[in-house]
Amino acid sequence: MTAVTAPRAVTGHSLWQDAWLVLRRNRAAMASLYLLLTTSVLVLFAPYLSPYGFDFTDWDHVSIPPSWQTAHIFGTDGLGRDLFVRTLYGGRISLLVGIVATSVSLLIGVSYGAIAGYVGGRVDQVMMRIVDILYALPFMFLVILLMVFFGRNILLIFVAIGAINWLDMARIVRGQTLSLKNREFVEAARAGGVSSSRIIRRHIVPNLLGVVVVYVTLMIPQVILVESFLSFLGLGVQEPMTSWGALVNDGAAEMENAPWMLVFPALFLTVTLFCFNFLGDGLRDALDPRDRSAP
Amino acid sequence: MLKFVLRRFLVAIPTLLILIGLSFTMIRMAPGGPFDGEKQLPPDIEANLRAAYHLDEPLYQQFGRYVFNLLQGDFGPSFQYRDFSVTELIRSGFPVSLRLGGLAMCLALLVGISAGTIAALRQNSALDHGVMATAMLGISIPNFVMAPLLVLIFAIYLGWLPAGGLGSGELSHLVLPVIALALPQIAYISRLTRGSMIEVLRSNYIRTARAQGLPTRTIILRHALKPALMPVVSYIGPATAAVITGSVVIEQIFSIPGLGRYFVQGALNRDYTLVMGVVVFYGVLIVVFNLLVDIVYRWLDPRVPL
Repeated sequence: MTAVTAPRAVTGHSLWQDAWLVLRRNRAAMASLYLLLTTSVLVLFAPYLSPYGFDFTDWDHVSIPPSWQTAHIFGTDGLGRDLFVRTLYGGRISLLVGIVATSVSLLIGVSYGAIAGYVGGRVDQVMMRIVDILYALPFMFLVILLMVFFGRNILLIFVAIGAINWLDMARIVRGQTLSLKNREFVEAARAGGVSSSRIIRRHIVPNLLGVVVVYVTLMIPQVILVESFLSFLGLGVQEPMTSWGALVNDGAAEMENAPWMLVFPALFLTVTLFCFNFLGDGLRDALDPRDRSAP
Repeated sequence: MLKFVLRRFLVAIPTLLILIGLSFTMIRMAPGGPFDGEKQLPPDIEANLRAAYHLDEPLYQQFGRYVFNLLQGDFGPSFQYRDFSVTELIRSGFPVSLRLGGLAMCLALLVGISAGTIAALRQNSALDHGVMATAMLGISIPNFVMAPLLVLIFAIYLGWLPAGGLGSGELSHLVLPVIALALPQIAYISRLTRGSMIEVLRSNYIRTARAQGLPTRTIILRHALKPALMPVVSYIGPATAAVITGSVVIEQIFSIPGLGRYFVQGALNRDYTLVMGVVVFYGVLIVVFNLLVDIVYRWLDPRVPL
């Protein structure tokens, strides 16, 4: 199935091994991967990396620029809170939103798309028409309405963002399912008396993983962006908790006197988005069989 | 063609109804109300207020009334700006937003298409890599990060341009907001153009044109550009939606009195009718625009299946 080049065919490579080989040669994607891992580790161990808590007010050092002596390596904000710790805690929220909301839309999108594609016929038409209709809605506005409605509960932010982002996923998965469902292995399963839901779960979905992985990598930055957008408008997470979007908002208000408050969170947010996009592009090159030029 | 237009209309109508229904339900179910002020109103006054705004009727009646008024172009009174109707607010805010968004779209199309074409012509050169890296940067930097950075550099450090407001309508006040709004779209459009242009330039009829000795400029402008721009045409719909959403943030940052600012203020103050009005207004705009783009696309390329 995969285009394995002649000399390597002897040992045999799975799709994933092949993809990894291609990906490893892509320097931008690998650098992005390492940067993302580093960020995740930093964010995870945030409480142990600085003597200050994320909501601790250091009255002696209010709004100071970055300095080593005080251990405020990114400086402090107008309330004397350490910006390094706050940036990392903000990263926790941003990355968590990225993962949880993407999982939600993954779950909805994959099951919706796979069912529509596999069942086909009128069911498929109705399901896809619904997607068309939803697709035309201005979602950012609806999310803002949701935030007003839900009263800015962090868990609901996850679900709300995830629940509106599944449309593309559903379309892609449906298209792939349509091309998979008439293949021999599915027919064999059907002839063997396997139920439809089991065929979808055991035979269709595992074969979609390549496409889905690429799309997930590109969806995470979008989701992080939506959350930052909401927090920026003051509709996301609430004080004293923070996220990158909220920090950028605080920083933007103070940028004349305290530019470091804008620069550091903005840098973290941008680099993370950048890395996810590069990694996604790299994964697409690695996992998309159509684009594979024989090396 | 007529059948196609009709079909698209049939999809657009339920879309709009769902949009109105969803936002109506959500904003009405939100905790807190428009009369939760600093001080508690006496109960009978509040009851009178609710009756005056028809908030005491059952929800389905309110919804029916709202849709009925909407069809006559009446978005209802604003709850926060007591002396204005939502229609008046939209009328005052939209021209500002339209100017901002329109200029941003023009800039994005102009710069994006040129950059993409140039990158495609010099494929894999340093110039191409430069344009594509910049585009990746443009996609990755959200406009609410880009806008304060632009202000920091060009307004505060260099002092070349004003940092916000509209002044008395000079163009210099719009330069930074328009750029901040257009940058991500420039990035997307240049990537799209480059990709499809490279494909078109490889096709047989372009080779024929080259073989006939036509100058490159003629080949690009007369033969390659139109087919290469088809993906860009279909991207105009989503781009408009993105620019409208982006303008919410940009208007906030640059304190521009457009519709987006009304929307955010309305959402924070639970100004039901204003928020609904803006969502419905922009929703209609986006749906209609998508419809137009689809029709134009089909007119340009009649091979598209119905």
